[in-house]
Amino acid sequence: MVVMKMKFSFQKRVKLAQGLWLLSWCTTVASAITFTLGCILKMELRRRAEVMDSGNIHVVPNTLMIVGLASLGINYFASKICQDALDAERFPRWKNFLKPYFAASCFFTVLMLLAVIMSYAMKGSLESSLKVGLKNSIRFYKDTDTPGHCYQKQNIDYLQMEFQCCGNSDFRDWFEVQWISNRYLDFSSKEVKDRIKSNVDGRYLIDGVPFSCCNPSSPRPCIQYQLTNNSAHYNYDHQTEELNLYLRGCRETLVSYYTSLMSTIGTGVLSVFLLQGSVLVSLRFLQTAMEAVVGKENTEIETEGYLLEKGVKDTIMDLHQPGRCTVPHICLCSPPSSTLPPQLTSIASDQPVSDPFFSAARSTSSSIPTVTYPRTGSHPVL
Amino acid sequence: MAVGKVTFTKAEREKLAEVLWLLNWISVVAGMILFGLGLFLKIEIQKWQEVMSDQEILYAPHILITMGLAACGINFLGGKICLDCADTNKFLHWKLVMMPYIICTFFFTSCVLAGALMCYSIRSQLEESLFLGLRNAMRYYKDTDTPGRCYLKRTLDLLQIQFHCCGNTGYRDWFQVQWISDRYLDMTSSAVVDRLRSNVQGKYLVDSVPFSCCSTLSPRPCIQQQISNSSAHFSFDQQSQQLNLWKRGCRQTLLDHYTSIMQSVGLIVLLIWLFELLVLTGVRYLQTAMENVLRLGDPDSESDGWILENSLAETAHSNFNIIKNLGKCYQVDDDLNINIPAATAQQEVPSQQNQIPAAS
Repeated sequence: MVVMKMKFSFQKRVKLAQGLWLLSWCTTVASAITFTLGCILKMELRRRAEVMDSGNIHVVPNTLMIVGLASLGINYFASKICQDALDAERFPRWKNFLKPYFAASCFFTVLMLLAVIMSYAMKGSLESSLKVGLKNSIRFYKDTDTPGHCYQKQNIDYLQMEFQCCGNSDFRDWFEVQWISNRYLDFSSKEVKDRIKSNVDGRYLIDGVPFSCCNPSSPRPCIQYQLTNNSAHYNYDHQTEELNLYLRGCRETLVSYYTSLMSTIGTGVLSVFLLQGSVLVSLRFLQTAMEAVVGKENTEIETEGYLLEKGVKDTIMDLHQPGRCTVPHICLCSPPSSTLPPQLTSIASDQPVSDPFFSAARSTSSSIPTVTYPRTGSHPVL
Repeated sequence: MAVGKVTFTKAEREKLAEVLWLLNWISVVAGMILFGLGLFLKIEIQKWQEVMSDQEILYAPHILITMGLAACGINFLGGKICLDCADTNKFLHWKLVMMPYIICTFFFTSCVLAGALMCYSIRSQLEESLFLGLRNAMRYYKDTDTPGRCYLKRTLDLLQIQFHCCGNTGYRDWFQVQWISDRYLDMTSSAVVDRLRSNVQGKYLVDSVPFSCCSTLSPRPCIQQQISNSSAHFSFDQQSQQLNLWKRGCRQTLLDHYTSIMQSVGLIVLLIWLFELLVLTGVRYLQTAMENVLRLGDPDSESDGWILENSLAETAHSNFNIIKNLGKCYQVDDDLNINIPAATAQQEVPSQQNQIPAAS
């Protein structure tokens, strides 16, 4: 039961080969773009690596880069194969190459689709990674003298100013950590001692935020300290004040930033996947159509092309047990039945036939390769 | 004595025309680059236009944009002309247009040079403009409720955050302006009233700075208030003070930023000017060579091409005379075709002689 049988006349085969050649070069460019998009995503993720706890999300850009490179190779060979397809002498060279080629191509195309699905599905993993990463960064904000944490303060400040966000979920996260180092606290002061005592862990907690949370769009100078104390500031109500600080949390901001970046990239890669799939399907049709022509004296006959010779289940079983014949008359193990009578071989070899691929595509006659029918002993003589 | 005389064979003329056609098309691309540069410069200046007091700095990008568009048009026409110039018959179509075209292109090329030089000379004007603009911006920082000035606070904050600078010359400039609005000052508080009274103009001046002056490189949380009083803060030593706020003034930072942009733009415009000059010279040679071919009559012969027919002094002198004579009215004495008054006296005598015989 052949899967997707289609008839191909000679003209249709020529057109298919030409169209496929163009399509494969377009897909090569598209694969290069996929690789670039993977690199861009990886760079963006690495820039904020300090506020991410786990590197699970990096599987998306890594897959995109691998798939991009593999597609470059796949499409390069596709263009070479379809160039040789209409040439009956050069096409049989590819015979042994085609099966592993199609297997590898299908694998990488499916991997491309997986990358697209992952870019949408890994949002939850990204969010939890950011949650833990931001919590740690905020905790180590004050440790500018500890090796390994010296740059946390700078990173958090730049992050909050660039993305216009404050804290993990919101600015109140700063109330729960001690973000002022003990080095800058006057332990002889009564106020400091009271605050430290009022806390179980002995931490200096205040209702204040770093300056990087300040919103420049606020009409009044920034209020950073004593945020919950209305009487500490003139004409200030902390419950209705919206413009003083950034209200969004950095986790939410970063998740939406990366999600929008990954959906844009995912849409692009999906279109590359469709292109790649169409290249492979067309190549399979061309291969099967040309295989039926091999050995025949008239190359301009109408042939049939198909995707799979047998049904899907039979093909899979065949891969597991090669040589098992289920349908005798189109078994893979029987010798090719198409042969050329010896008298026609000698006549045909004196007449060089121009390569139809290039004669249809170009008008120059200087570089048209001549084709002669094979006179090797591979065909059984009648 | 012609200036820059070169002899051209027919083949050389045709080659020159082809090369000029290609160069004209490259010039069209150069014109688009010029347009793009002007647009880029305009956008960069407009980003921080609010801290510049005068808008004369916008002349440079406007000139570049106009010159870019003009270059595209002129060189497109030039390409068409040069393509036709290889053939003497087609040259006749363009013969009358060539001279005005060359003069036009010469003026255009001078304008490109003027644009390039303007890019380099802008520095002093820019410094003055930034000084006044930043001073005003800091003065109106608190006026977020006054129409026309509502966004100065935001602009100045973003400027200080992005360029890592504070104040006009340094952070102490903030000590001399009232940057906290009266709306947010508790006038009943004695501390506030004391500060206002201690000042001649009744301004609330403090030794503190806005949050946007805070340096992200500081290891300790930012100290914005009571900056000059180091004992007010625990362990506020010299090193902490150095790292606490941004040290540079915004005027110097912006000046450096714009000077570097304009120097790169100016360099590219100079290169484009040199290229345009080359194309202009080539077109002039082609024009004179083709005209001389027509004068000689034989389209296949050799002809001379030059930049100026006579020496520079003679050309200037003759052009000056032409311009002088343009203004003069038409004078009878100069024209030999008209009868002078002596001839009219002789005409009167025959008419009298005619009358006398009739009477007798």
